[in-house]
Amino acid sequence: MIRVKLPQHLRTLAHTDHEVHLEVAAPVTTGAVLDALESAYPVLRGTIRDHGTLRRRAFVRFYACGQDLSHEPPDQPLPDAVVRGDEPFAVVGAMAGG
Amino acid sequence: MGGVRLLVGTAKGAFVLTSDEARRDWDVQGPLFGGWEVFHVAGSPVDPDRLYASQAGGWFGQVVQRSDDGGRSWNPVGNEFAYDGDPGTHQTYDGTPVPWEFAKVWHLTPSLTDADVVYAGIEDAALFRSDDAGGTWTELPGLRKGTSGPDWQPGAGGLCLHTIVLDPTDEQRIVVAISAAGVFLTEDGGATFRPVNKGLKSGEIPSEEAEVGHCVHKIVSHPSAPRTLYMQKHWDVMRSDDGGANWFEVSGDLPTDFGFVIDVHAHEPETVYVVPIKSDSEHYPIDGALKVYRSRTGGNEWEPLTAGLPQEHCYTNVLRDALAVDALESCGVYVGTTSGQLFGSSDAGDSWAPIVTGLPRILSVEAQTLP
Repeated sequence: MIRVKLPQHLRTLAHTDHEVHLEVAAPVTTGAVLDALESAYPVLRGTIRDHGTLRRRAFVRFYACGQDLSHEPPDQPLPDAVVRGDEPFAVVGAMAGG
Repeated sequence: MGGVRLLVGTAKGAFVLTSDEARRDWDVQGPLFGGWEVFHVAGSPVDPDRLYASQAGGWFGQVVQRSDDGGRSWNPVGNEFAYDGDPGTHQTYDGTPVPWEFAKVWHLTPSLTDADVVYAGIEDAALFRSDDAGGTWTELPGLRKGTSGPDWQPGAGGLCLHTIVLDPTDEQRIVVAISAAGVFLTEDGGATFRPVNKGLKSGEIPSEEAEVGHCVHKIVSHPSAPRTLYMQKHWDVMRSDDGGANWFEVSGDLPTDFGFVIDVHAHEPETVYVVPIKSDSEHYPIDGALKVYRSRTGGNEWEPLTAGLPQEHCYTNVLRDALAVDALESCGVYVGTTSGQLFGSSDAGDSWAPIVTGLPRILSVEAQTLP
């Protein structure tokens, strides 16, 4: 089971107020987790990564185990602690004013 | 019981306000979609409880929301705006070609005849249509590809399609406006478009009377005279009496003809409202006095409407979608400012009163006249 932490605006959009738990088949990668997330919550399509290109939106980052994974390839396996469910995979809205 | 519902889009959410016919007391609901930019909220003329909202933001992109109960509940619908085929390039501010890239929905216009049909004007400028109440969106590519899309350049706010005018007498006929490309007309429901900018003159482009390149800010028409179009251009208030084929200036005695918004009285097709703004770099009223100007002659002769509006220290702006009218017997007029003030008049603009004064930056105001 993969734990995913979403920022407040996406939790509101997805009508969930807690961590999301997903079953993701191995290999567990950023791309696979996002695929599973969007499958479980179709309303999130286009909000984390673009439709079509699946490119991460500019103001969205991916963190796990104290690392910034935003620039890792989407098919890169996630850390074992994320795969075991010990640590969450965090989708983070970049800090910005306005 | 009849009344009015106002749909207000702001930089940090949407608000829905309702009142009875007296329009003195308002129930204010919101913020809806708090924290998100809501560029536009629009209701279906066929089913007033069918509402569409463009919810967007730099962080998490575009969401389109739909309500089927007058704004009490909302559900996200389709948010994929894929350009038709290879979108190619347009020009950026200095003329450099850049790829078309979807940024957000600026404007939503529900069909006049079918509650499930809605048009969306987007940035980078294109016109989309949904036939399933917002579930899926399809570009009408004749606008970009069949005219001069590769030559279009953005206005300061982006390359946006912000105005969609439907003709109640001919549903095949649609006028759209793009900053800073100009006006385009389809007479076949969106299959093909052509530019209709004859008479526009813009000193900001090398050839003042070029076919495209005009920064049109807003176009409106009255349902009883759909071939008469009124335009607030970057500078100049313009009018066409032949559906856009020819434009002539009606700025007349306005103190400045720069502005963003323009609208028409609900019952008087020759009564027009604008909000003059000092200049294209000073986006506030002259002398800090907010004045709506009204012409009862279809332009040229304008009178300032000031009663109840702030007449000192008011350095705010009224954006292109932030003035609306209702269709009650005594026409209501509503103005939202970038300072979050929403003013209303229940006597066609003769007198005004604040409805709410502390909203986030107001991006759009629509008025629905309820049965």
